[in-house]
Amino acid sequence: MKLTSLALSVSSALVLIACSKEAPPPASPPVTAAPPPLVVKLGHAAPLTGPQAHLGKDNENGAWLAIADANARKPRIGGRDVIFELLSEDDQADPKQGTLVAQKFVDAKVNGVIGHLNSGTTIPASKIYADAGLPQVSPSATNPQYTLQGFKTAFRVMANDVQQGKVLGEYAAKQLGAKTIAIIDDKSAYGEGLAKEFKKAAEAAGVKIVAEEHTDDKAVDFAAILTKVKSKKPDLLFYGGMDAQGGPMAAQMKKLGVKAKFLMGDGGCTAEFPKLAGDAAEGHYCSLPGVPLDKMPGGTAFRDRYKAKYNADIQLYAPYVYDAVMVIVDAMKRADSVEPARYLAELPKTAYDGVTSKISFDDKGDIKDGAVTLYQFRSGNKEPLETIGAAPVAAPAKPAEKK
Amino acid sequence: MDTFLQQIINGLTLGSIYALVALGYTMVYGILGLINFAHGEVVMIGALTALAVIKPLAGAGLPGPLALLAGAAVAILVCMALGFAIERVAYRPLRHAPRLAPLITAIGVSMVLQQLAMIIWGRNYHSFPALLPATPRELGGAQITDLQIMIVVVAILMMAGLALLVNRTRLGRAMRATAENPEIAGLMGVDANHIIALTFVIGSALAAVAGVMVSANYGIAHYNMGFILGLKAFTAAVLGGIGNLAGAMFGGILLGLIEALGAGYIGDLTGGFLGSDYQDVFAFFVLIVVLIFRPSGLMGEKVSERA
Repeated sequence: MKLTSLALSVSSALVLIACSKEAPPPASPPVTAAPPPLVVKLGHAAPLTGPQAHLGKDNENGAWLAIADANARKPRIGGRDVIFELLSEDDQADPKQGTLVAQKFVDAKVNGVIGHLNSGTTIPASKIYADAGLPQVSPSATNPQYTLQGFKTAFRVMANDVQQGKVLGEYAAKQLGAKTIAIIDDKSAYGEGLAKEFKKAAEAAGVKIVAEEHTDDKAVDFAAILTKVKSKKPDLLFYGGMDAQGGPMAAQMKKLGVKAKFLMGDGGCTAEFPKLAGDAAEGHYCSLPGVPLDKMPGGTAFRDRYKAKYNADIQLYAPYVYDAVMVIVDAMKRADSVEPARYLAELPKTAYDGVTSKISFDDKGDIKDGAVTLYQFRSGNKEPLETIGAAPVAAPAKPAEKK
Repeated sequence: MDTFLQQIINGLTLGSIYALVALGYTMVYGILGLINFAHGEVVMIGALTALAVIKPLAGAGLPGPLALLAGAAVAILVCMALGFAIERVAYRPLRHAPRLAPLITAIGVSMVLQQLAMIIWGRNYHSFPALLPATPRELGGAQITDLQIMIVVVAILMMAGLALLVNRTRLGRAMRATAENPEIAGLMGVDANHIIALTFVIGSALAAVAGVMVSANYGIAHYNMGFILGLKAFTAAVLGGIGNLAGAMFGGILLGLIEALGAGYIGDLTGGFLGSDYQDVFAFFVLIVVLIFRPSGLMGEKVSERA
């Protein structure tokens, strides 16, 4: 009995392998019953170890949730039952490792890729996916460069840093009334890119940049650069980087008596930031592409389900990852095919009602009408202040110059 | 001027932390001629163990300094056991193997400990509760916290204590004898295995203290925190002359000061051409220059004798 079932599963596996490659070949076993479901593998890449592992795990959780939901709907594509599977890999937030993971996905013949988390890994990996004709939807890589390379396979479901940096820079100058600003970044593709866009917008709004310092995404001691910043007496300090550095940085600002307001982009807009900064988080600002979770179409429901399943709070990007998976599934359904070459043509036509927003792409693969919301930390929670640019900022001002 | 003073204070704190960790490297090297790359990971285990003890205690309303002491005490015990186990499992079987073999097992142990800590404590950053008053004191226009003063004092005390142990006690004499020649020390009635195990145990206790200090100062603990710290401390030990206790202390503080002043002034000195991101480049530049003129480090005569 066992043997026969084993033999069956082996033969069905063989059929599956063949299927995901080409059009269904004539199946050798008798085809009286319904054909076994088609297994569709989706690759997911994020740092699951290292300093950003908490964010990577959060992304992965979002992807698993989407896969479970997609399967629960008993999808039929191309006249076959389909089962989605997630192939999750750790890219360590390292550009080199990112390309290795990308090659692994291509070799494993996944049908689509969700990721990567960081801009620094997403950009080099995107070339490998483009060469293989493999559609890639990044939930969280916000560096403008990603979609400026002209790859037809690259999409993202989050507003990019041109949009975010512009909003942040103008907000700092106008609403927060900063006349002098110091900028620190972590030298990553994300942090440096966002800091550059922020600087451009802030200077255009008449702000004087009094200091520009750098750290890295593994540092814990910022006393030296903060001391330098303090001597320039800025009204506001902007940090382009992630929460793991931003939190301790805010705490050290307080210890050193740096009185400036503190502003970060999406990397610091996490549940972790106030925990790491302690009471030093109070009154600081951050921004997040998209609208607040409460105002997202399916935000509260998503938060409750996430909490119920993982017994943890959403860190940051999980809803975006969820949407990224669903955008791919949606395109496959519309194309009635799981073949990358076939459903890729449907991706640009996406009009999907996601958890985070209505998702549709412009001609570069960037999300249309990407909104940016500003938050302030008050007694350990981030409270939304206002959402900027939901509709009017539709056309991203001008693409950042290529490096 | 107050900015300069502040940078000196920043450098001294950072340097004392490097020094605390560097003492562990230098002790093991001094006795065994082995670079224990897992030392940074022991620091991390110390920090996370202390945190596991401190959180419930501080939550139950125990005063901060007491909770800190209790956490440090448990961390020291756990790390001592860990140090003993590491030596037993990863280094003793390779005592007579070529020198590169224990180096590789050291890196292996470091990876195992990191993964283990990730399984036990998870991937998240843990915030370390503020146990000592965090309000900084004013000192000539610069800010210094109680904890920073404590770190510098503890580092100096530890170094002095170790120096006393090594130079003035029977155990210390046995250690020095083992360092010179384990076989002959054995003929003289010194149990070399025992001494080497003790060296690891003491070094790991120091690592635990360093771990508690680091996470208390930065308010953060993470399974990945030991790697960079270990690397910097190792650099400090080499800078000061590895194998020499005072050298580790001196190298640590010097490295801390170089980094702080480098980050603070490189930008101004080069007119913005090089930024604060060059602080590590600057630090390693100094290391290279020192090693060119003094290959065994600033205070490392003893090592050249050995080699």
